[in-house]
Amino acid sequence: MNLLDRQLLFVTGKGGVGKTTVAASIAQLAAQRGRRTLVCEMDAKGSLAAAFDCSPFPYKARQVDADLFGMAMNTEDSLREYLKLFVRIPFVGRIGALARTFDFVADAAPGVKEILAIGKLCYEVRERHYDLVVVDAEASGHIVGQIGAPRVIGELVQVGLVRDQTAWMLDILEDPSRTGLITVTTPEEMPVNETIELLGNLRERSHIDLAAVVVNRVLPALFGTRESQVFDELFSDEAQKLLIGAAGAHVTDVMAAARMNESRRRVGDDHLDRLRSELPPETNMLYIPELFTRATGRRVVSLVAKALAEELI
Amino acid sequence: MAAEKPRAATRSPAKPRVRPGAASDIVGLAHLLATKEMIIVCGSGGVGKTTMAAALGAQAAINIGGRVLVLTVDPAKRLANALGLKAFGNTETQIAPEAFAAAGVKPRGELWAAMLDTKAGWDELIRRHAPDEQLRDKVLANPLYQNITGRFVQSHDYIAMERLHELHASGAYDLVIIDTPPSRNALDIIDAPGRMMEFFGSRLLRWLTVPYRSRLFTVASKPFYQVADRVIGSRFLQDIAEFFVLFQTMEKGFVTRARDVERLLVDPRTSFLVVSTLEAAPAYEAAFLANALTERHLPLGGVIVNRAMPSVMRKPVVAEAASRLGVAAKQEKLSADLGAALKVEPDVIQTILGEIAMSFHDIAMVATREAERRSELERLAPFTAIAPALDHDIHNLRSLLELGEQLWR
Repeated sequence: MNLLDRQLLFVTGKGGVGKTTVAASIAQLAAQRGRRTLVCEMDAKGSLAAAFDCSPFPYKARQVDADLFGMAMNTEDSLREYLKLFVRIPFVGRIGALARTFDFVADAAPGVKEILAIGKLCYEVRERHYDLVVVDAEASGHIVGQIGAPRVIGELVQVGLVRDQTAWMLDILEDPSRTGLITVTTPEEMPVNETIELLGNLRERSHIDLAAVVVNRVLPALFGTRESQVFDELFSDEAQKLLIGAAGAHVTDVMAAARMNESRRRVGDDHLDRLRSELPPETNMLYIPELFTRATGRRVVSLVAKALAEELI
Repeated sequence: MAAEKPRAATRSPAKPRVRPGAASDIVGLAHLLATKEMIIVCGSGGVGKTTMAAALGAQAAINIGGRVLVLTVDPAKRLANALGLKAFGNTETQIAPEAFAAAGVKPRGELWAAMLDTKAGWDELIRRHAPDEQLRDKVLANPLYQNITGRFVQSHDYIAMERLHELHASGAYDLVIIDTPPSRNALDIIDAPGRMMEFFGSRLLRWLTVPYRSRLFTVASKPFYQVADRVIGSRFLQDIAEFFVLFQTMEKGFVTRARDVERLLVDPRTSFLVVSTLEAAPAYEAAFLANALTERHLPLGGVIVNRAMPSVMRKPVVAEAASRLGVAAKQEKLSADLGAALKVEPDVIQTILGEIAMSFHDIAMVATREAERRSELERLAPFTAIAPALDHDIHNLRSLLELGEQLWR
């Protein structure tokens, strides 16, 4: 099924691979295709809003573009909203101090913070406030804990409202036609290792469907196999002499740059082969080329969205 | 004036008055590693903190000497192999001098490495602070314990600082370099000891544990219990409370220790190194981190720029050479000559040279953008050390040492 036809997409990945940019781009692409989309930042650092060249998103969703809304998760606000909606606490105004105390429990008790965050996202999906909710989620080290919180809590807490609440969340989270996880990586050693580890964890410890593996910053292959061999021979003394004769002494720097890029691409290819060999063959792999652009922010989001659109045909 | 003079004369003349972290005549990586005893390497995820910590440790052992320990969080297997270790363990292991000899180096000192194991670190803390064996076993066996140690009060960060303190205080090392855990916020590590103290001092902990101790609900805790009871159920709440009661017996030990650990941050023997690549997000976070350190009066020793492209890539003469190559690629002479020399069809040569010439401009664009970020980063700290972009992974000690040498220069 098409990635954008789901209702809830969690985007994760190792730090530095471009997780936030990919989440922003998926949201932008969905919105451009007319799906009413909410994009949510989980760690409140403001980098998702920065990707859209916006000031930091509030908890209450703010419109970014046609059909595109942004919010930042805040556990205290989520608790407040939850109490208002489900517990019907009359003195919501006085919850402040209580919520602050609760924050400590949430910090300490397993899964409470996570379930408040996941609960808010599932709520938006259940109420059909949006066609699609895209989550710039926790980094790959934390995501299984976050996304698996409702199940863990369901097993730990035997009674109470939270327990009752986990059932409907699980219906949404564990339905592959509604919810999926997207993991972002780059063709480098550590990001690939972390992706393999994450996907193992995901299979063992959760029932969430893997929607796609996005490989970001793939260096374009300039040469075929035959050309690749010839390329290496261009560094012989004889060939270098001919090149210098034709283009001047600084051509050696040009060649060195090309060689650096080519070796990085080859090392990256090996890591990608390793990744593919560890994944089930039916895994949806999406490739985004290295963008040689001078821009940042919204421009990059647009370029990545365009690249994704080509991959999603 | 006259009144001050005699007072000044009675003051001890021998005390040097140097502010920790203050500018010195000699500024640079070598100086920093030679004068500090604890280096905290921080920066956003994926910038190569672990590799930099290992490379710096190796250089310090080689050039400065003494016993140097690199304490790392989650090293790639390849990096462990590069250091001649099968894997990193929680206990410190020396990198064999033979491994250095094989790489053609004779270090003045010793290089040691250890990995941070959060679970083992917590168990160790409980063993140390539990008042008796029975209580210790009760905590270790508590079903919430494992779950909680993995999450609460930024437990990785606290354990990292705790281990740094422990290893430095052991007196076994001249220099400990710690690579900080991946966290949501690079500042978490700095805040971790304070949070630990805050946690034990929090009213919440008292509220949770008071009724358990005295079986009496205070007026203040009542609404909290009512809400909490409806939200998460009293059974679960009681489990949590029980766990906290166990923890509270260890309050004194934990708080004293956390205070010592926090002191280490402002110790004049400690310095921070911020690692960044020249991409937008890591550079932004590096600037944020550098400013936060300065605001808190914590010593930012320097900035390490990782994966920098060679600056020659943005020289106009090189761009001109690329254009000339592009033109020459289209003419028959060069491809015919090269084709004859390499025994390859000239049209293959033509394609390759054309691609090389075209793609150079992409590379030059990135190099130019990087140069701008680099000058921004250089403004942050007393010095900036540059590690070049590599076209290979670090897979042996030799390549780690090469990288270190580039930094050292």
